[in-house]
Amino acid sequence: MADLLQRVAANGDVEAFKALFEAYAPRVKSYMLRQGADAATAEELAQETLLAVWRKAALYSDEKGSATTWIFTIARNLRIDRLRKEVVWQPLPENNDERPSEDPSPEEDLSERERAERVRAMLSELPPDQSEVVNLAFIEGLSHSEIATRLDLPLGTVKSRMRLAYQKIRDALEDLR
Amino acid sequence: MTMTITHHPDVSTLMCCSAGSQPEACAAVIASHLAVCPQCRAEVRRMQKIGVALFEKLEPESVAVPPPVVKLRAAEADDVETSKPCVLSAGEIPQFLVSCVGPCLDGMTWEPVARGIWTHAIALSPGACGDLRLLKVAPGGSFPEHGHVGWELTLVLRGSYSDEFGTFLAGDVADLDEDARHHPVACPNAGCICLMASEHKPPLFGGADRQK
Ligand SMILES: [Zn+2]
Repeated sequence: MADLLQRVAANGDVEAFKALFEAYAPRVKSYMLRQGADAATAEELAQETLLAVWRKAALYSDEKGSATTWIFTIARNLRIDRLRKEVVWQPLPENNDERPSEDPSPEEDLSERERAERVRAMLSELPPDQSEVVNLAFIEGLSHSEIATRLDLPLGTVKSRMRLAYQKIRDALEDLR
Repeated sequence: MTMTITHHPDVSTLMCCSAGSQPEACAAVIASHLAVCPQCRAEVRRMQKIGVALFEKLEPESVAVPPPVVKLRAAEADDVETSKPCVLSAGEIPQFLVSCVGPCLDGMTWEPVARGIWTHAIALSPGACGDLRLLKVAPGGSFPEHGHVGWELTLVLRGSYSDEFGTFLAGDVADLDEDARHHPVACPNAGCICLMASEHKPPLFGGADRQK
């Protein structure tokens, strides 16, 4: 996917863009629906997300994470801007100081994929109460106090379930070092 | 700018930040902390993998055809918006707040709230819940002991303050729950200026904002 994105950036490659569109737009639409958009708005935001991918492709580099991470962030920010109508305080992933400046070696690429795999595996193993709060935050876009209201739980319980879930994921990533 | 940060936001607050699900006022404080805290930036980047993994698992929904080439070409003409740099400026004001409050903490207008306490309210988007403001407390000044009716996030920009939870220096965040009670006292030498987001506007500031 990253090379499709690079082809769009380098040559304005329309074929590469169509492939990206087919790969991502349906999932972005699904995400927008889960975030509370109606079908027409979800469709529009999916189109707009991919249009933003076309326009901003030059800003992408694989040092900023996988193509999926980058496109997901664009979708997330568009949702804050358009569905919540709020200011997006969290910009696109930056070239962060923690990353090595050299090109990632193949091993690092592999471990990046491996890390994503670990996260997926750990997410599927979470107890239902923890998995529920994580989904409500990331996919339904609820803040921890909104989750507390939705589930009729004390805020402290929601926060501790999120902490427990993250601790497991963090531990799973820690092993890889 | 080097800072020694000892108080970080709660993991669950960072998760909501990564998910983009927190209220705007909260997001402003967290973004300001992330600008000076590599440790939390690394956590948020790890948390992003959760969002991506869940996103990949979503059931695709059918979408109409991609935009036609003419529309793509037309979109290129739009300016590629430059992402707002998320760094503290030399004047201690987070870069993205400069447009709301000006470039320098010393050049701002402050509304007096009580003896030794001033505030500067920051407008949120219409409909956004919560309250965002800068708060200045004179050296040694203190707040009466108080509880909270909702969440409250405070980032120290200059000086420091101490309360039951410890001493908070520039860059530190106090992430308080609704049941937290405290009695903050500003540094006796430098006083304290902070950026504060709260779920409900603290009653103390009702009067100051009306004066505008
Ligand atoms: Zn931190």
